[in-house]
Amino acid sequence: MDFLTLFIVIPIITMIGIVLVRDTKQVKIVSAVGMTLQLINSAILIIMFLLQRSAGNIAEILFIKDVVWYPSLNIHYFVGVDGVSVAMLGLTSIVIFAGIFASWEVKDLTKEFFISLILLSTGVYGFFISLDLFTMFLFYEVAVIPMYLLIGIWGSGPRHYSAMKLTLMLMGGSAFILVGLLGLYFNSNPTGGPLTFDLIHISKIHIPLNIQLFFFPFLFLGFGVLGALYPFHTWSPDGHASAPTAVSMLHAGVLMKLGGYGCYRVAVFLLPDAAHQLGWIFLILTTISVIYGAFGAIWQKDLKYINAYSSVSHCGLVLFAILMFNKTAMNGAIIQMISHGIMTALFFALIGMIYGRTHTRLINEMGGLMKVMPFLAVAYVIGGLASLGLPGFSGFVAEMTIFFGAFQHPDVFHRVVTIIACSSIVVTAVYILRVVGILLMGKIRNDHFLEIRDAKWHEKLSVGVLIFGITAIGLAPLWLSDMINNGLTPIITRLLAAVQ
Amino acid sequence: MFEGIPLTWFLILATVMFFIGIYGFLVRKNLITILMSLELVLNSVNINFVAFNKLLYPQHLEGMFFTMFVVAVAAAEASVAIAIIINIYRRLTNIDVERVDEMKY
Amino acid sequence: MITFSYTVFIVLIPFILFLLLGFFGNKFKPVVSGIIGTTGLFTSFLLSCYTAWQYFFVVPKVGGAFVKLIGYNITWLRFTENLHVDLGVLLDPISVMMLIVITTVSFMVHLYSIGYMKGEKGFERFFAFLSLFSFAMLGLVIATNIFQMYIFWELVGVSSYLLIGFYYEKDTAVAASKKAFIVTRFADLGFLIGILILSVTTKTFDFITLTDPKGPALMQGGSILFMGLSTMTWSMIFVFMGGAGKSAMFPLHIWLPDAMEGPTPVSALIHAATMVVAGVFLVARMFPIYVISAPAALEVVAYVGGFTSLFAAVIACTQFDIKRVLAYSTMSQIGYMMLALGVSGYGGHEGLGYMASMFHLFTHAFFKALLFLGAGAIIHAVHSNYMNEMGGLRKYLPITHATFLIACLAIAGIPPFAGFFSKDEILAAAFEHNKILWAVEYAVAGLTAFYMFRLYFSVFWGKEVHYHHTPHEAPLVMTIPLMLLAAGSIFAGFIPFQNLVTSDGLPFVKEIELSIAIPSVFIALLGIVIATIFYRKETTLPEKLAKGLGGFYRAAFHKFYFDELYLFITKKIIFNHISTPIAWFDRHIVDGGMNGVSFVTNQVSDKIKRFQSGQLQQYAWVFVSGAIALALAFIYYWTL
Repeated sequence: MDFLTLFIVIPIITMIGIVLVRDTKQVKIVSAVGMTLQLINSAILIIMFLLQRSAGNIAEILFIKDVVWYPSLNIHYFVGVDGVSVAMLGLTSIVIFAGIFASWEVKDLTKEFFISLILLSTGVYGFFISLDLFTMFLFYEVAVIPMYLLIGIWGSGPRHYSAMKLTLMLMGGSAFILVGLLGLYFNSNPTGGPLTFDLIHISKIHIPLNIQLFFFPFLFLGFGVLGALYPFHTWSPDGHASAPTAVSMLHAGVLMKLGGYGCYRVAVFLLPDAAHQLGWIFLILTTISVIYGAFGAIWQKDLKYINAYSSVSHCGLVLFAILMFNKTAMNGAIIQMISHGIMTALFFALIGMIYGRTHTRLINEMGGLMKVMPFLAVAYVIGGLASLGLPGFSGFVAEMTIFFGAFQHPDVFHRVVTIIACSSIVVTAVYILRVVGILLMGKIRNDHFLEIRDAKWHEKLSVGVLIFGITAIGLAPLWLSDMINNGLTPIITRLLAAVQ
Repeated sequence: MFEGIPLTWFLILATVMFFIGIYGFLVRKNLITILMSLELVLNSVNINFVAFNKLLYPQHLEGMFFTMFVVAVAAAEASVAIAIIINIYRRLTNIDVERVDEMKY
Repeated sequence: MITFSYTVFIVLIPFILFLLLGFFGNKFKPVVSGIIGTTGLFTSFLLSCYTAWQYFFVVPKVGGAFVKLIGYNITWLRFTENLHVDLGVLLDPISVMMLIVITTVSFMVHLYSIGYMKGEKGFERFFAFLSLFSFAMLGLVIATNIFQMYIFWELVGVSSYLLIGFYYEKDTAVAASKKAFIVTRFADLGFLIGILILSVTTKTFDFITLTDPKGPALMQGGSILFMGLSTMTWSMIFVFMGGAGKSAMFPLHIWLPDAMEGPTPVSALIHAATMVVAGVFLVARMFPIYVISAPAALEVVAYVGGFTSLFAAVIACTQFDIKRVLAYSTMSQIGYMMLALGVSGYGGHEGLGYMASMFHLFTHAFFKALLFLGAGAIIHAVHSNYMNEMGGLRKYLPITHATFLIACLAIAGIPPFAGFFSKDEILAAAFEHNKILWAVEYAVAGLTAFYMFRLYFSVFWGKEVHYHHTPHEAPLVMTIPLMLLAAGSIFAGFIPFQNLVTSDGLPFVKEIELSIAIPSVFIALLGIVIATIFYRKETTLPEKLAKGLGGFYRAAFHKFYFDELYLFITKKIIFNHISTPIAWFDRHIVDGGMNGVSFVTNQVSDKIKRFQSGQLQQYAWVFVSGAIALALAFIYYWTL
């Protein structure tokens, strides 16, 4: 068995282990062990990848494994990683690890909860390592469907409505994706050989422009729905608000990244000419996302809604940067995905922990929490500062890379939208500081809050890992940026070729 | 061919029986009557079988056998149907077909 | 060759202190954290002094000019091949001078805070934040490139936010910290856009390349881009916007007076001596670009600085909160510095304004920090911020009184105190280049003397107020910094700045021009005399004057209603007219659209489901008619 397959095998073994054990404590231990192994596995992968690169291995994709599993349609289990997917795998491992510890206190149907959660992560891992479009799509569906159960069963508030809305919108997106993928498949061999879903193969051929123009919107919109592209973002606030803590973390932290990654890896990479021609439409949409999400967040009263709109804004920035079609901006997009993934997971973890103590998520009903739960409050402030792009945290690195990359674009239109997008940093500061001011500072409004205890060990572990993630990237971004940069070369070459 | 009775007559008889059956099936409300209409439909087909067998392959008996099958199946079907109808009656204390709509939507 | 790589420790020590106190502060006794912080800063201070000595007197000059040295450099992030962000130490006259200023004031403030913050909750947190601020501010001044500066620029902003909001249970403090952060953040947006334009035009962040006379920034300034101004001009105007936000220049000044909600040592360190002059430092750092490539932007700097100094001085005359008076005074003095840069030329005696600005920055740091720390001692004694609740304090607080008087004389520009020399240079520079601004500054000099002595007399003289408990002098740990800073305020003016800090690194000759100096001293004395008449003894003159001025006085007292204007813009326009509609739009139109799709689907399905009626005969009808229709269709259309 090759190394990358471990990323799928470990979760599956963990799930089997969970089925076999009896009481809830063992369930949690098995999950924790499994996900710790995954984390270690990712760390090893990153190290191995960097070693290979420094040893001068400049192959586009490393650790390739290729097995045919459905010969009549020529579908392969084709896995391999470049710098971008390695980074995304690392992100997934951190978030799922933190997610397991953040959901340590799930009471009902613990076993089923952890199984669904890990199943979801299996889909995500599979998506990031796949290079065969169909296998990729398969894993994508594996990741999306448990979400329905997780929100519908363990959620809160109008959970059935939210779960249904989220699943239907994402399924609508995947219907679009499927159309796009089939379009790629049937045009994958213009000279008349066997058709293939092989991403690398398709990336080497030239698809006629009119076909590209037809299928690009399907792929970009389909993945864009998951990446919270305006105006298809409304599943996000409701979905997050109803989802249990760990699910919100995974969803905003990782699952939304599938959208960005798909737009980058499939839509733009495989259909570069169409991307160039139609990019401006989506660029306007993403610019709206960025500003609109930020302004939308100012008004909200529910912590989860605030964070959901903030995610719309930040994820909008990811797609925005991808559409700038230059190396720096794309690099920024990938860093932004990782940064936002960890950051938003941190936020949702903290919101879940705060909610578990105060039993409300409305900021007006809380206040002065700094006094009763200093650890969580400080973590919230750190998360907030990271989110508004303070140097020393990952958000700053990502945003600056995006802005400076985007501004390199010679076109005036692109520069103007960059400046518009830049202004989101001010609006972000407004809503973050508003929440911090109302929620954590000031006087305690409710006497019951005086009895609140600060974080427990597993909560501290969960939060600590995430904070470590954002500061590590924020303080020393160069290795990550270089690692991603290598992976971007093929797409940039292809995009440049498309212009000429 | 049948001692002066032309085939058309058989066919007319069968058609008339068939449409009487269909008519009964569509308009009668009593389940038993509907079942009886169904028997009419089946038997009109039987007549056709027998008539055409005699006309086309007088030396063979396949059409006759097929008729026997249909009769047997109809008997089985009738018994099952009547069993169901009895159950419906026990439940609803009547056998009006319009009241039996629990499977709707 | 002398290596300066040790200078990185000047910056790193405060950072390590921050981590130490931030993570383990609660394990120590409060005093211990104070002492650790102070010792650390003292080490930084010694290192800075050593650096300054080495830089100014040991390192050989090239062609008589001070060279720019890179003490330390690493690449932190790479955007493109050319555009990479380095973190390093750049040593040149202004950065070395700033090192001295920051470490001195920071050390004094640390020492002072041990006494001032005694018994406060979160003592170690306070010191951790102070160290964080010192780290950020030091990192800012030694930045080798504009992006490093931006990084630390944001960090000083956040440490300022944390320190203003130190009393996080007090609503006004929370509001003030939020306001400070958001206003400066808005200004930083301008700074960022400025850097973006600059980086695209010049393909570099590096200060040495940028300010090199043969570098891309200075060579290609001319291309007209937009509204008749060149790219470089626009970029410099945007960069100045960042500087104006941090330095509380009109119209981005509104956060500074509110920032006085923070503990007083913080006001002394951040909002008087160091952070607020970052904007001045920024303009000084980019000065060659302003002068050569973007003279129009430099005009803007001059007029904004001049107007702010007048505007703030007028408001300062009407305020009663002593810290607010000092805050407006700070604004006014920074306006001076900006103006001096704005009227300066480049090289030799032309660059007098540049030198004067840096000189004033240096001296101002001493006397303004002294004023704030003195105010802290007063507040410590009286437990009030309002000067109308004070009076006759000179008997109770002798040391504070003496040092405060020295600081007042220094800021008023009375020789031989430090402020006289630097202010004189500024006036001389303004006189040479722009007579209008010169006249404005003349008036401001008088106003400065007036409001400072108004403050001085109301607090230390005037009518005796009944205090709840007798005010007593601050402990030694607080008065020692006062005395040291007072010494600085007296002697800092004698430093020959024209030999050390000049626009092109070359020394030049200057002498005090009596034609400028004598009238300026005269007008300062006039201000003092008026203040003495008004406030030395309790009189009704001030009220009469206020009545006489009528509307103008009320407007000045309400800070010309700028807070209300901003509140209107943020609350009414942004919150009520942008954010609320967007949230509504999102919920009802966008989300409503999505729900609408599902509603339509539902409705259609509800209509269709009636086919599934459960009526057996209905099905049969459909079936039979369908069969018949098909049969007919076959009969008519089936042709072989």
